Amino acid sequence: MSVNPDLQGRSYPPTPPYLVGREKVREFARAVFATSPINHDPEAARAAGYTDVVAPPTFAVVVQEQALAQLLADPEAGIDFSRVVHGDQRFAFSRPIVAGDELTAVLTVTSVKTLGGHSMVSADTLVAGADGEHVVTATSSLVVRGDE
Amino acid sequence: MSAPTLSTLTVGDVVAEAEFALSRDALVRYAGASGDFNPIHYRDDVATSVGLPGVLAHGMLTMGFAVQPVVDWLGDPGRVVDYQVRFTRPVLVDPEEGAVVTVIGKVGRIDDEGARIDLTVSFDGQTVLGKAQAVVRLDA
Repeated sequence: MSVNPDLQGRSYPPTPPYLVGREKVREFARAVFATSPINHDPEAARAAGYTDVVAPPTFAVVVQEQALAQLLADPEAGIDFSRVVHGDQRFAFSRPIVAGDELTAVLTVTSVKTLGGHSMVSADTLVAGADGEHVVTATSSLVVRGDE
Repeated sequence: MSAPTLSTLTVGDVVAEAEFALSRDALVRYAGASGDFNPIHYRDDVATSVGLPGVLAHGMLTMGFAVQPVVDWLGDPGRVVDYQVRFTRPVLVDPEEGAVVTVIGKVGRIDDEGARIDLTVSFDGQTVLGKAQAVVRLDA
């Protein structure tokens, strides 16, 4: 089974709102060895001008993951998850993610390429806050290995 | 802690340097925190069944900690405005020895609003991330 080339340009509905919890930010920060007080301590975060603890840059992957799950579950996409390898990843921020944010994500497939037996699927996930303001765009490329 | 300023920077400066000792526990911790429960990151039998030499660190874990020395230099995680990597080689995490990953961050470019920090992330003498770049916002 190969990836459906017609996926290019396809968008999925917004993901349900993800409420960023303070303890989740701390848990994620510990997991990526983030020790900045601004990641852990609300007082330090407020002193730096934020409303609550700031998530490490790669925390946005948690929200991206929800959007990618829609793509991987799409029967028309033809993506075999057991053959997927993460190729590259980028996060472009308008502002950092902060505890208390309610984030929704909309994924659009930007390209589908076939190279040899493999396919590469690239997608942009636009993450917005509760007022619809842009927070971060997460760009991910997935390599789908072909049959051996 | 006050943030570094643009005027003190020169292209080529090493601004961040760190070493991360990964254990299998760190991978399980990241799996729980991120929700990525792919068993190739904690089960040798599953990893070897799909042709891998053993359990690998999540690429996103490596991406996650590789920027931390830059955050420490900045003093504020909110100053990272763009961050990208390419996953080029896996980090194999031995059940007993773990894995040591080193990170070096150099100033690659400077403009009016900030700088691009280029990261060299290595394990076992080889780089594991390609085009690892963090764009950071700095005051003049």
